[in-house]
Amino acid sequence: MHIEDLLKHIDQQLVLQIAFFTFASITIGGAVYLLFTRNVLYAAFSLLVTLLGVAGLYVFAGADFLAVSQIMIYVGGILILMIFGIMLTNKKKDQQKADQLNKILVSHHNRFWVTIVAILLFLGFLKVIFSANFQLVSKDVHQGTTVQKIGVELMTNYVFAFELIGLLLLAALIGAAYVAKKEKI
Amino acid sequence: MIYIQNYLIIGALLFSIGLAVAVTKRNAILVLMGIELMLNAVNINLIAFSQYDPNRLQGQMFALFVMVIAAAEITVALAIILKIYDYFKNIDLESTSELKK
Repeated sequence: MHIEDLLKHIDQQLVLQIAFFTFASITIGGAVYLLFTRNVLYAAFSLLVTLLGVAGLYVFAGADFLAVSQIMIYVGGILILMIFGIMLTNKKKDQQKADQLNKILVSHHNRFWVTIVAILLFLGFLKVIFSANFQLVSKDVHQGTTVQKIGVELMTNYVFAFELIGLLLLAALIGAAYVAKKEKI
Repeated sequence: MIYIQNYLIIGALLFSIGLAVAVTKRNAILVLMGIELMLNAVNINLIAFSQYDPNRLQGQMFALFVMVIAAAEITVALAIILKIYDYFKNIDLESTSELKK
Protein backbone atom coordinates (compact mmCIF):
# COMPACT_ATOMS: atom_id res chain seq x y z
CA MET A 1 0.00 0.00 0.00
CA HIS A 2 1.44 3.32 -1.06
CA ILE A 3 1.51 6.41 1.05
CA GLU A 4 -0.95 8.17 -1.28
CA ASP A 5 -3.52 5.47 -0.73
CA LEU A 6 -3.01 5.79 2.98
CA LEU A 7 -3.53 9.54 2.80
CA LYS A 8 -6.73 9.07 0.82
CA HIS A 9 -8.21 6.88 3.49
CA ILE A 10 -7.74 9.44 6.25
CA ASP A 11 -10.92 11.25 7.02
CA GLN A 12 -10.15 14.92 6.50
CA GLN A 13 -12.98 16.09 8.70
CA LEU A 14 -11.67 14.00 11.56
CA VAL A 15 -8.19 15.49 11.20
CA LEU A 16 -9.72 18.96 11.12
CA GLN A 17 -11.71 18.28 14.28
CA ILE A 18 -8.70 16.88 16.11
CA ALA A 19 -6.55 19.87 15.15
CA PHE A 20 -9.30 22.29 16.13
CA PHE A 21 -9.79 20.76 19.54
CA THR A 22 -6.03 20.64 20.08
CA PHE A 23 -5.85 24.38 19.54
CA ALA A 24 -8.95 24.91 21.66
CA SER A 25 -7.48 22.93 24.56
CA ILE A 26 -4.18 24.82 24.24
CA THR A 27 -6.11 28.08 24.47
CA ILE A 28 -8.25 27.08 27.42
CA GLY A 29 -5.39 25.35 29.22
CA GLY A 30 -3.21 28.43 29.02
CA ALA A 31 -6.03 30.61 30.30
CA VAL A 32 -6.78 28.26 33.22
CA TYR A 33 -3.11 28.17 34.16
CA LEU A 34 -3.03 31.96 34.03
CA LEU A 35 -5.96 31.97 36.44
CA PHE A 36 -4.44 29.61 39.00
CA THR A 37 -0.71 30.32 38.98
CA ARG A 38 0.91 32.61 41.51
CA ASN A 39 4.09 33.27 39.58
CA VAL A 40 3.75 36.40 37.46
CA LEU A 41 6.25 35.38 34.79
CA TYR A 42 4.63 31.98 34.37
CA ALA A 43 1.34 33.83 33.95
CA ALA A 44 2.90 35.87 31.15
CA PHE A 45 4.12 32.74 29.40
CA SER A 46 0.75 31.02 29.75
CA LEU A 47 -0.79 34.13 28.19
CA LEU A 48 1.66 33.58 25.31
CA VAL A 49 0.37 30.01 24.89
CA THR A 50 -3.23 31.24 24.99
CA LEU A 51 -2.63 33.91 22.36
CA LEU A 52 -0.92 31.44 20.04
CA GLY A 53 -3.85 29.06 20.46
CA VAL A 54 -6.28 31.84 19.61
CA ALA A 55 -4.24 32.55 16.47
CA GLY A 56 -4.67 28.89 15.52
CA LEU A 57 -8.42 29.14 16.03
CA TYR A 58 -8.48 32.18 13.72
CA VAL A 59 -6.91 30.04 10.98
CA PHE A 60 -9.70 27.49 11.38
CA ALA A 61 -12.25 30.25 10.95
CA GLY A 62 -10.64 31.28 7.66
CA ALA A 63 -9.01 34.45 8.97
CA ASP A 64 -5.40 34.00 7.95
CA PHE A 65 -4.46 37.66 7.91
CA LEU A 66 -5.87 38.15 11.39
CA ALA A 67 -4.00 35.10 12.69
CA VAL A 68 -0.71 36.61 11.55
CA SER A 69 -1.75 40.00 12.94
CA GLN A 70 -2.61 38.33 16.24
CA ILE A 71 0.85 36.80 16.49
CA MET A 72 2.55 40.04 15.50
CA ILE A 73 0.52 42.46 17.61
CA TYR A 74 -0.20 40.40 20.70
CA VAL A 75 2.79 38.10 20.99
CA GLY A 76 5.32 40.43 19.42
CA GLY A 77 4.08 43.66 20.92
CA ILE A 78 1.70 43.46 23.85
CA LEU A 79 3.24 40.47 25.58
CA ILE A 80 6.77 41.84 25.29
CA LEU A 81 5.55 45.14 26.73
CA MET A 82 3.94 43.26 29.62
CA ILE A 83 7.12 41.32 30.35
CA PHE A 84 9.02 44.61 30.33
CA GLY A 85 6.46 45.95 32.79
CA ILE A 86 6.86 42.92 35.05
CA MET A 87 10.63 43.22 34.98
CA LEU A 88 10.59 46.94 35.70
CA THR A 89 8.16 46.78 38.59
CA ASN A 90 9.36 43.99 40.85
CA LYS A 91 10.70 44.70 44.28
CA LYS A 92 14.25 43.71 44.99
CA LYS A 93 13.95 43.57 48.76
CA ASP A 94 12.08 40.27 48.67
CA GLN A 95 15.06 38.60 47.05
CA GLN A 96 17.84 38.95 49.54
CA LYS A 97 19.21 35.44 49.53
CA ALA A 98 21.37 34.49 46.59
CA ASP A 99 20.28 30.86 46.56
CA GLN A 100 16.61 31.77 46.46
CA LEU A 101 14.67 31.49 43.23
CA ASN A 102 13.78 34.88 41.78
CA LYS A 103 10.06 34.35 41.80
CA ILE A 104 7.70 37.27 41.44
CA LEU A 105 4.55 36.17 43.19
CA VAL A 106 1.05 37.59 43.16
CA SER A 107 -1.63 37.02 45.74
CA HIS A 108 -5.31 36.67 45.05
CA HIS A 109 -8.27 38.22 46.74
CA ASN A 110 -11.98 37.35 46.98
CA ARG A 111 -11.52 34.17 44.99
CA PHE A 112 -14.68 32.48 46.22
CA TRP A 113 -17.24 35.00 45.01
CA VAL A 114 -15.45 35.63 41.75
CA THR A 115 -15.36 31.91 40.98
CA ILE A 116 -19.10 31.73 41.54
CA VAL A 117 -19.74 34.81 39.41
CA ALA A 118 -17.52 33.52 36.58
CA ILE A 119 -19.19 30.10 36.58
CA LEU A 120 -22.65 31.67 36.58
CA LEU A 121 -21.61 33.96 33.72
CA PHE A 122 -20.34 30.99 31.73
CA LEU A 123 -23.56 29.04 32.34
CA GLY A 124 -25.53 32.08 31.23
CA PHE A 125 -23.49 32.28 28.03
CA LEU A 126 -24.03 28.55 27.44
CA LYS A 127 -27.77 28.96 27.84
CA VAL A 128 -27.80 31.82 25.34
CA ILE A 129 -25.64 29.90 22.86
CA PHE A 130 -27.73 26.76 22.94
CA SER A 131 -31.08 28.50 22.94
CA ALA A 132 -30.17 30.73 19.99
CA ASN A 133 -31.23 29.32 16.67
CA PHE A 134 -28.66 30.52 14.18
CA GLN A 135 -29.90 30.76 10.61
CA LEU A 136 -26.71 30.66 8.61
CA VAL A 137 -26.99 32.62 5.39
CA SER A 138 -24.24 30.91 3.42
CA LYS A 139 -23.17 27.41 4.25
CA ASP A 140 -19.95 27.46 2.26
CA VAL A 141 -16.94 28.70 4.14
CA HIS A 142 -14.71 30.97 2.13
CA GLN A 143 -11.55 29.28 0.95
CA GLY A 144 -8.38 31.10 0.10
CA THR A 145 -6.68 34.20 1.36
CA THR A 146 -8.47 37.21 2.80
CA VAL A 147 -5.59 39.67 2.53
CA GLN A 148 -6.71 41.36 -0.67
CA LYS A 149 -10.28 41.68 0.52
CA ILE A 150 -9.22 43.21 3.83
CA GLY A 151 -6.97 45.68 2.02
CA VAL A 152 -9.71 46.76 -0.35
CA GLU A 153 -12.22 47.09 2.50
CA LEU A 154 -9.78 49.15 4.56
CA MET A 155 -9.30 51.58 1.70
CA THR A 156 -12.97 51.86 0.70
CA ASN A 157 -15.64 51.21 3.32
CA TYR A 158 -13.53 51.59 6.42
CA VAL A 159 -11.20 54.37 5.35
CA PHE A 160 -12.49 56.79 7.97
CA ALA A 161 -12.04 54.29 10.78
CA PHE A 162 -8.62 53.45 9.38
CA GLU A 163 -7.44 57.05 9.48
CA LEU A 164 -8.98 57.51 12.90
CA ILE A 165 -7.14 54.52 14.26
CA GLY A 166 -3.86 55.92 12.95
CA LEU A 167 -4.59 59.10 14.86
CA LEU A 168 -5.46 57.07 17.96
CA LEU A 169 -2.18 55.18 17.77
CA LEU A 170 -0.25 58.43 17.45
CA ALA A 171 -2.08 59.87 20.44
CA ALA A 172 -1.43 56.70 22.47
CA LEU A 173 2.27 56.81 21.54
CA ILE A 174 2.70 60.43 22.56
CA GLY A 175 0.58 60.00 25.68
CA ALA A 176 2.44 56.89 26.85
CA ALA A 177 5.82 58.49 26.30
CA TYR A 178 4.69 61.62 28.15
CA VAL A 179 3.14 59.77 31.08
CA ALA A 180 6.07 57.40 31.57
CA LYS A 181 8.84 59.96 31.47
CA LYS A 182 10.88 60.54 34.59
CA GLU A 183 10.24 63.74 36.45
CA LYS A 184 11.08 65.06 39.86
CA ILE A 185 8.25 64.67 42.31
CA MET B 1 -17.01 21.53 9.16
CA ILE B 2 -16.61 22.98 12.61
CA TYR B 3 -19.85 24.21 14.09
CA ILE B 4 -20.07 27.82 15.18
CA GLN B 5 -21.16 26.74 18.67
CA ASN B 6 -17.63 25.46 19.31
CA TYR B 7 -16.17 28.90 18.73
CA LEU B 8 -18.85 30.51 20.86
CA ILE B 9 -18.26 28.14 23.77
CA ILE B 10 -14.51 28.73 23.63
CA GLY B 11 -15.18 32.47 23.55
CA ALA B 12 -17.52 32.23 26.54
CA LEU B 13 -14.96 30.20 28.52
CA LEU B 14 -12.17 32.65 27.72
CA PHE B 15 -14.37 35.59 28.70
CA SER B 16 -15.29 34.02 32.04
CA ILE B 17 -11.68 33.12 32.82
CA GLY B 18 -10.56 36.61 31.81
CA LEU B 19 -13.14 38.16 34.12
CA ALA B 20 -11.98 35.95 37.00
CA VAL B 21 -8.34 36.84 36.32
CA ALA B 22 -9.09 40.56 36.13
CA VAL B 23 -10.96 40.56 39.43
CA THR B 24 -8.95 38.13 41.58
CA LYS B 25 -5.36 39.14 40.85
CA ARG B 26 -3.78 41.85 42.94
CA ASN B 27 -0.95 42.69 40.56
CA ALA B 28 -1.95 45.45 38.13
CA ILE B 29 -0.22 43.85 35.13
CA LEU B 30 -2.12 40.61 35.66
CA VAL B 31 -5.37 42.57 35.66
CA LEU B 32 -4.35 43.87 32.24
CA MET B 33 -3.75 40.28 31.13
CA GLY B 34 -7.31 39.40 32.17
CA ILE B 35 -8.61 42.29 30.10
CA GLU B 36 -6.61 41.02 27.13
CA LEU B 37 -8.20 37.60 27.55
CA MET B 38 -11.66 39.15 27.46
CA LEU B 39 -10.82 41.13 24.31
CA ASN B 40 -9.56 37.94 22.68
CA ALA B 41 -12.78 36.15 23.56
CA VAL B 42 -14.77 38.88 21.82
CA ASN B 43 -12.47 38.63 18.79
CA ILE B 44 -13.05 34.88 18.56
CA ASN B 45 -16.79 35.49 18.41
CA LEU B 46 -16.46 38.18 15.76
CA ILE B 47 -14.25 36.04 13.56
CA ALA B 48 -16.42 32.96 14.00
CA PHE B 49 -19.43 34.86 12.69
CA SER B 50 -17.36 36.50 9.98
CA GLN B 51 -16.66 33.21 8.21
CA TYR B 52 -20.27 33.12 7.06
CA ASP B 53 -19.87 36.57 5.52
CA PRO B 54 -17.06 35.93 3.05
CA ASN B 55 -17.86 38.81 0.72
CA ARG B 56 -17.65 41.70 3.13
CA LEU B 57 -15.74 40.30 6.12
CA GLN B 58 -17.28 42.78 8.53
CA GLY B 59 -16.41 40.70 11.60
CA GLN B 60 -12.77 40.45 10.64
CA MET B 61 -12.53 44.19 10.07
CA PHE B 62 -14.06 44.80 13.48
CA ALA B 63 -11.65 42.33 15.10
CA LEU B 64 -8.72 44.12 13.46
CA PHE B 65 -9.81 47.43 14.97
CA VAL B 66 -10.30 45.77 18.36
CA MET B 67 -6.71 44.48 18.21
CA VAL B 68 -5.30 47.91 17.39
CA ILE B 69 -7.28 49.56 20.17
CA ALA B 70 -6.09 46.86 22.60
CA ALA B 71 -2.50 47.67 21.65
CA ALA B 72 -3.09 51.40 22.23
CA GLU B 73 -4.79 50.66 25.55
CA ILE B 74 -1.99 48.45 26.81
CA THR B 75 0.73 51.02 26.09
CA VAL B 76 -1.04 53.77 28.00
CA ALA B 77 -1.95 51.40 30.85
CA LEU B 78 1.63 50.20 31.23
CA ALA B 79 2.87 53.79 31.27
CA ILE B 80 0.43 54.54 34.08
CA ILE B 81 1.55 51.41 35.93
CA LEU B 82 5.18 52.48 35.67
CA LYS B 83 4.23 55.87 37.13
CA ILE B 84 2.35 54.16 39.96
CA TYR B 85 5.44 52.07 40.66
CA ASP B 86 7.61 55.19 40.74
CA TYR B 87 5.30 56.78 43.28
CA PHE B 88 4.32 53.90 45.56
CA LYS B 89 7.24 51.50 44.87
CA ASN B 90 4.56 48.85 44.53
CA ILE B 91 1.87 47.80 42.06
CA ASP B 92 -0.21 45.79 44.49
CA LEU B 93 -3.72 47.11 43.92
CA GLU B 94 -4.75 46.87 47.57
CA SER B 95 -1.93 49.11 48.76
CA THR B 96 -2.22 51.76 46.05
CA SER B 97 -5.68 52.91 46.96
CA GLU B 98 -4.86 56.33 48.38
CA LEU B 99 -4.82 59.47 46.27
CA LYS B 100 -2.03 61.31 48.02
CA LYS B 101 0.47 60.21 50.61
